[in-house]
Amino acid sequence: MQEAMIKRAKELLADGSVDRVIGWKRGEFAYDMTPAVFTSAEELDSEFIFDDFTSANVSKYLVKETAKEGKILAFLKPCDTYSFNQLIKEHRIDRDKVYVIGIPGGPKLDIEKIKAKGITGILSVKNEDYTLKIETLYGEETMPFSEAILDKCASCKSKKHVVYDELIGEDGDVLDSNRFDMVEKLENMTAQERFDFWRDQLSKCIRCNACRNVCPACTCENCVFDNPKSGIDNKAPADSFEENMFHIIRAFHVAGRCTDCGECSRVCPQHIPLHLLNRKFIKDINELYGEYQAGADTTSRAPLNTYTKDDCEPSIVHERGVE
Amino acid sequence: MLKISKSKLNELFDAVSAKQTLYIPADREAGAAEYRKYEKGMELTSELNTVRSAKDFFFPQTENLADFKIEGKTIEVKDVREECEDFVVFGVRACDARSFTILDKVFLCEPVDSFYKNRRDHGTVVTMACTRPSETCFCQTFGIDPTVPEGDAACFDDGENIFFKANNEKGQKFIDSVASLLEEGDTSKLDEVQAKTKAIMEKLPLAKLSTENFGGDKLNEYFSSDKWAELSQACLGCGTCTFVCPTCQCYDIKDFNTGHGIKRFRCWDSCMYSDFTKMAHGNPRLTQLERFRQRFMHKLVYFPANNDGEFGCVGCGRCLSKCPISMNIVKVMKALEVK
Repeated sequence: MQEAMIKRAKELLADGSVDRVIGWKRGEFAYDMTPAVFTSAEELDSEFIFDDFTSANVSKYLVKETAKEGKILAFLKPCDTYSFNQLIKEHRIDRDKVYVIGIPGGPKLDIEKIKAKGITGILSVKNEDYTLKIETLYGEETMPFSEAILDKCASCKSKKHVVYDELIGEDGDVLDSNRFDMVEKLENMTAQERFDFWRDQLSKCIRCNACRNVCPACTCENCVFDNPKSGIDNKAPADSFEENMFHIIRAFHVAGRCTDCGECSRVCPQHIPLHLLNRKFIKDINELYGEYQAGADTTSRAPLNTYTKDDCEPSIVHERGVE
Repeated sequence: MLKISKSKLNELFDAVSAKQTLYIPADREAGAAEYRKYEKGMELTSELNTVRSAKDFFFPQTENLADFKIEGKTIEVKDVREECEDFVVFGVRACDARSFTILDKVFLCEPVDSFYKNRRDHGTVVTMACTRPSETCFCQTFGIDPTVPEGDAACFDDGENIFFKANNEKGQKFIDSVASLLEEGDTSKLDEVQAKTKAIMEKLPLAKLSTENFGGDKLNEYFSSDKWAELSQACLGCGTCTFVCPTCQCYDIKDFNTGHGIKRFRCWDSCMYSDFTKMAHGNPRLTQLERFRQRFMHKLVYFPANNDGEFGCVGCGRCLSKCPISMNIVKVMKALEVK
């Protein structure tokens, strides 16, 4: 797959169809790839990588990338295409400046799940017939692939690319996933049990903002929590109320727009299952307004709010007053 | 050397915690350890290190500095400082132990930070030598020997026993306080373990990483490097690296309106944030490139320039494990380095 992607990227760069390519760059170890923009065949040959650990969703970077001159090739996994579509719907990405190649999705691996087995000093990870052969400083270890799958992939909602200009590999289907199982479990708890569950989880928060900053639905130029003029800006996980509210407000803010890409939970250094807050909203929206999948298309009306480029600025509404 | 059998370690924890608050690294979940207040029966983690660093004990993420009570036109200022009680942090790794030396340089130089000093004075740091370093470890880059950790007292694990060695008076006092539980032990097996660990250290993927080409004299060369654009390209601007870092020491001070008074608090800040060091004129670093550059220039150039060559990193590897986009000081050093 990686060779086919590099080959196609080089062709599109060479014939001038695109000026840049966004993908993943190899790291120091077997698992620490960084999203990166490539501009030459040499860079692609030496640094481009696509494997079981390239799980980062690159869609959000296209907000910044399409504000630049020229066209960019983006390799999008099925889940990433939903984020991409949603950003088009919100007029944050200029579709004309992106050439989308749909690539197969996961399941991707979670290095932390491998390390949680006590495996350390990891030098290489090879997938041989869904058994991981892990070479370490302390000898070879093996573990089943299935036990190292990223949570977001374990409850994958779709193998279908909802937007692409071309595909490498086969397209898949929307899956009948088990993604609401845990939400149901939480719904069936008593209020006190549920409160205790979330207090236990949210009290781990160190307010690093990784969840917010990685979130493709969080693209405000200046977040209220960073803006001293907002009156609610705060860097500190100051008390239990505030800890709760940061994540709950964020979940409200992305409700109806969150595609359930799972990046928030993937990046959380404290392993807080933040995606469960978003899934609760998705489940509620499905039940109250009918089935709706954010990012599945770019034209349908969203259940909670819709933006068009003709909407006037809030300041105009403010001046005009409510009629 | 004095030792205790590992099977009796909890007896030692019980004895220590009967007299003062004891913190040990314990498992929160598989693969994630954190320092916890010791309670009877709590097990020492088998993880190499904690997700959050040990700096929290001396430089907590949030603390109140003063209270203001406002009545009419009078403002009463209340000093909220209290003498901290004695406490012990057990199981600190060599990297984190060195981070205290770095934090000391910042907080104990004039004017002394009395909040920090209070905790340092009352805290006893008992370290634990490493036996299973991870691929992300690079403490030796900064001259740290993880088999002989610093701290007030150091512990060494030979597989069956924990050996104790005092590094200073405070550490000796700690060992004396549990002397009745310790016995003289033969260190021949420990010597083997130490030699084995040293052999692994040489094989670590980052064993050859050197600070040789970094330091205060490289300011202009690295500040204007054309590598920053590429290195910072994918940075999300979150604070994960700074918050899990044992040496990041920047903070913000703000006033919180409680409705009937003001609480002045300080909290960790991150140079990665858009409002970091924001002043009346605005923000001195307008782009993520500049913010990103600040963090690494601080650790590799500015800090050694102001602190006799000491670097602002201890090679614990937390940022390597936790950065959402896997960008970190090792990648920066390798890309930036001009030989």
